[in-house]
Amino acid sequence: MTQSYRLPSGGRIARGREVGFRFDGRNYAGYEGDTLASALLANGVHLVGRSFKYHRPRGILTAGSEEPNALVTVDRAGGRGGGRRTPNLRATQIELYEGLDAVSQNRFPSLGFDLGAAAGWFAPLLSAGFYYKTFLWPPAFWSRLYEPAIRAAAGLGRAPTAPDPDRYVHQYTHCEVLIVGAGPAGIAAALAAASAGLRVMLCDEQAEPGGSLLSETGLGETGATIEGKPAALWLQDALASLEGRVTVLPRTTAFGWYPDNMIGLAERLTDHLAELPPGQPRERLWQVRARTVVLATGAIERPLVFPNNDRPGILLAGAARSYANRWGVAPGRSVVIATADDSAYAAALDLHAAGVTVAAILDRRRQPGPIAETARAAGLIVRAGTWVEGTSGRKRIASVAVSAGQGTIECDTLLMSGGWTPSVHLFSQSRGKLRFDPMLGAFLPGEAAAQVRSAGACNGVFGLQAVLESGYAAGGGIAPRAFAVSGSVMWQPSPGAPPDAPHPAAFVDFQNDVTTKDLAIATQEGFRSIEHVKRYTTSGMATDQGKLSGIQTLATVAGLLDRPMSDVGLTTYRPPYTPVTFGTLAGTARGPLFDPIRHAPLHDWAVAHGAVFEDVGTWKRARYFPQPGESLRAAVARECRAVRDACGIFDASTLGKIEVVGPDAAVFLDRMYVNDIASLPVGRCRYAILLGEDGFVRDDGIVARLAEDRFHVTTTTGGAAGVLHTMEDYLQTEFPELRAWLVSTTEHWATIALQGPQSRSILAPLTEGADILAMPHMSVRICRVAGIQARLFRVGFTGEAGFEIAVPSGHAPALWDTLIATADPTPYGTEAMHVLRAEKGFIVVGQETDGTVVPADLGFGALGRRKRDHVGKRSLSRTDILRADRPQLVGLLTADPAVVLEEGAQVASGSSVVGHVTSAYWSATLGRSIALALVADGRARVGQTLTVPIPQGAKSQGAIPVSVVAPVFLDPEGTRLHTHVEAPSLRPCPPADFAIARGHPSARRLIVRAAPTATTAIGLALGVLLGSVPNRAVRGRDRAALWLGPDEWLVLGPGGDVGSAESGPMAGVVDVSDRFETVEVSGPDAAWRLNGFCALDLAPHTFPVGMCTRTLFGKAEIVLWRTAAETFRIEVARSLTPYLRLCLEQTEG
Amino acid sequence: MLLIPCPWCGPRPENEFHYGGEAGIVRPPDPAALDDAAWGDFLYMRSNPKGLHRERWRHQYGCGRFFNATRDTVTDRIAGTQKP
Ligand SMILES: [Zn+2]
Repeated sequence: MTQSYRLPSGGRIARGREVGFRFDGRNYAGYEGDTLASALLANGVHLVGRSFKYHRPRGILTAGSEEPNALVTVDRAGGRGGGRRTPNLRATQIELYEGLDAVSQNRFPSLGFDLGAAAGWFAPLLSAGFYYKTFLWPPAFWSRLYEPAIRAAAGLGRAPTAPDPDRYVHQYTHCEVLIVGAGPAGIAAALAAASAGLRVMLCDEQAEPGGSLLSETGLGETGATIEGKPAALWLQDALASLEGRVTVLPRTTAFGWYPDNMIGLAERLTDHLAELPPGQPRERLWQVRARTVVLATGAIERPLVFPNNDRPGILLAGAARSYANRWGVAPGRSVVIATADDSAYAAALDLHAAGVTVAAILDRRRQPGPIAETARAAGLIVRAGTWVEGTSGRKRIASVAVSAGQGTIECDTLLMSGGWTPSVHLFSQSRGKLRFDPMLGAFLPGEAAAQVRSAGACNGVFGLQAVLESGYAAGGGIAPRAFAVSGSVMWQPSPGAPPDAPHPAAFVDFQNDVTTKDLAIATQEGFRSIEHVKRYTTSGMATDQGKLSGIQTLATVAGLLDRPMSDVGLTTYRPPYTPVTFGTLAGTARGPLFDPIRHAPLHDWAVAHGAVFEDVGTWKRARYFPQPGESLRAAVARECRAVRDACGIFDASTLGKIEVVGPDAAVFLDRMYVNDIASLPVGRCRYAILLGEDGFVRDDGIVARLAEDRFHVTTTTGGAAGVLHTMEDYLQTEFPELRAWLVSTTEHWATIALQGPQSRSILAPLTEGADILAMPHMSVRICRVAGIQARLFRVGFTGEAGFEIAVPSGHAPALWDTLIATADPTPYGTEAMHVLRAEKGFIVVGQETDGTVVPADLGFGALGRRKRDHVGKRSLSRTDILRADRPQLVGLLTADPAVVLEEGAQVASGSSVVGHVTSAYWSATLGRSIALALVADGRARVGQTLTVPIPQGAKSQGAIPVSVVAPVFLDPEGTRLHTHVEAPSLRPCPPADFAIARGHPSARRLIVRAAPTATTAIGLALGVLLGSVPNRAVRGRDRAALWLGPDEWLVLGPGGDVGSAESGPMAGVVDVSDRFETVEVSGPDAAWRLNGFCALDLAPHTFPVGMCTRTLFGKAEIVLWRTAAETFRIEVARSLTPYLRLCLEQTEG
Repeated sequence: MLLIPCPWCGPRPENEFHYGGEAGIVRPPDPAALDDAAWGDFLYMRSNPKGLHRERWRHQYGCGRFFNATRDTVTDRIAGTQKP
């Protein structure tokens, strides 16, 4: 007969709706509203798992998230792959749905017949500290025999191997009051808080709010009423009154407390559904910033510790009461109750009323108090001053041995209660101090370290009326409110039972199989600190984090050491309260959203032309452009040849760019860079090296002087953000007197490199406003190229005559297409770029440098010698930096020209290592391999032969002989820089406005950086006030000025002329129109969607219309501006727009 | 995630900020006048206290400004922040 333990009436289950499910391959039925645990118990199934080490049969012990035994694996695969298998779920928390398929864990071959348990000899080997002693010898046996055997025998469920197919989302939110726990205290707190008109959130780990009220259903005489209503009805009315005023989150575990009242909540959205709604996220991680947190987390009942206290059929008394009242399930037919506390009597009375035989109540206390009289009056037998000495039974308890030889009692169920432990986990995580309460035998919240209030049982308040009143007060109720309660068992908390003599089957930690004997061994062996005992015995270190065992461990150790519990202290509570899935923590940050994937402006062209890409930081860069059937080496050789012989075209847009503006810009850059910048004439460029104060090379680039007071500075691709940050640091803190302003223009300017002897002849007909033939090497002109406003640099990284053309990013595709259309230069990628620069011995920061290299090591010792000071200069004369045996950059040529060295390989002289290979390539131009290396005293070794050892296991063992040469392999005189040839056949140039027309009709964006004295004039010229209120936008006639910082505004407006807004002596104005793109998010859920990735409080009163700020959206920097109640405008760097849009798509639903 | 009170923008989440090391380490006006030991002190020696620590932060993904904060290295609490 199915569900033979289902009581004929009662419970919050839908008896009309039967639900079929499977457990270990067998079919069962339960009802809607059941948990897997209650449904199994309704079918008389108690044996649900085998214990971790000893494979002892275990049953359902609790009715909540503290369950240590009933761990199961749920497989939702249903043919959809293994990624939906979830191990180690607590059967007490799994809501029943049609088709639920759960299997028990840690048993072999089956739950009923387990070989591990039969091997009883194994048990003595696994006592406390077994990891440290039993299996130590011989060492080789550890990895080959012991560990595999132990791992096979002991363990939990298996993690899935397939990728998780589900979607997980994050949500930031802010509230005035977050209430954790929706039991009577939490509900009362919500009633109080909601009445004050605050943002209030109420979360509970269970499917249904109500907590203990859900078990007060009034089956027996103990049915509680609140304010004249049955508890269940009162709950229903209370929840109805909260609707619309309080965000109630069921199935939501507050798992961690993080600094400044940020609480992590894990909300389970679909695990309870039979059919997974497509597209719906499985779980949501809430990061809640709460002004006040009200903890109403209740208390956890303690097991009693006696020999063989772990047999199936032994439950906590409170859990049994919940199964009877909330789920209409009898835990057995014949019940013995063992208690040291009043609360178990409520279970006894309710079960008795439900028709279950209560054989006896064994009360450890000699004088149990008035509650015992109530029980006796109901016809129950109370044996005061007795306790359980042992149990019998194999897969189910069969009898109880009563203390002091008072015989045995046959039964199929034993309910126990050793008092209650307040759930102070989150309070402790908030760094609040705990104080020991001897009346409770447990710790209570003491001095708080955060804005937190504890209410109800977690604060040591017991009894329904007192709990409701303490909740209301904690919720901020202005006047205390009295809750009239009747019919609830009034009971006194108790400190529980003292530990008995250590016994090898008296379990303290059920999940990790730790007994009082293990704790005794630990104390005998000298462990005194509770933290050490915990680690030595593993008590409290299982997935339940010692929710049941913590206080029992402490009580036992205190007894063994004969010290008060308050002295022994408690182990630290750490997040998470219950296990949290990796999916929830990762959220959407996986696959393409793990990091932004940034595309340069010419990315689409490269894709269309078959480029193979590589990751450079977060950028995708074209590595080479293979023609059909072409290998990497062949493609790179062809691309290099084109640059050396004719002309190559290259997208250099990812290089960082900083515009430095102001009368002191030259002085500032002169102090920052090693090189002499102060003397750089307008129109000229200089290669420049940036050091840290420690003298080590941090970055390099080109400094181009556009005007007396304006520089275009390039950085490495990866160094862009760091260099800007460092420069800001010096300007704001060390050189605040300098009138210089910085603006990132990396994404405003796209840079197309045209390199090779034909490059000038290709560019000349396209260039207006500059005499390209008169441009010397390392010069810059502001002009037009193909009709587009451009900065034309005669520079290169190839050793050839060449140019880099910077145009606003939106125009880059048009310019690229024009260049291809007129002259068909050969596109080349980063691989050819590397070969070309290595042939010339040009360094790459991060490749030839590693944070310990000074300019002299690279052959730049003469730079900056005459300057009085620059960042890092003093370090260059430190004794250690002047040592002769410093690593120095050299070239290496292998004796066999066909052998290409490994980058990173060691370079040896005899048997001693003297350096390492930094770059190595096949050079098609030279018809041989080349390498750069850092070698100790390398310049003195030119002409010597060194060796590069081959790692063992490589094909030919031994060492490769290399000769040391100067680090320039091609054209050491630099004549190629000045070698120009005519391109053979140039097609006619398209009309001058062709490219312009293809550029987007750009909105004008300016960054204004200005001292307070300059804002008025610039504002007048722009027609908009540069406001001084932080994070506020000011609208002018057709422009808006967004305050970004005390000297920085983003001015947005239409395209075209920006009037006479000029930089002047006290300001820097920089056009960044093409740096940003605009994304608008609007609608009633706009703030909610943004808070999927943005941590700011976007409520209308904290982020009103007109507020603007730079902030983070996921991993992307944005400027956020609330333009209307339900509209936000985002300005985002153009390469981050796809990331932003993908993120926003994730926020729907 | 800490809330750091930016002197310009108010309390903001920690991930908008960039740590800037101990406050009050001034770059010597004439580095050449320092011997190796004194320059080494400037480069590397920091007070590393247990307790209140004066340190620099930059509101990098915000107003961009450097400011000083006093943080307790034991509790991680920020006691206050000031404009430079
Ligand atoms: Zn700020």
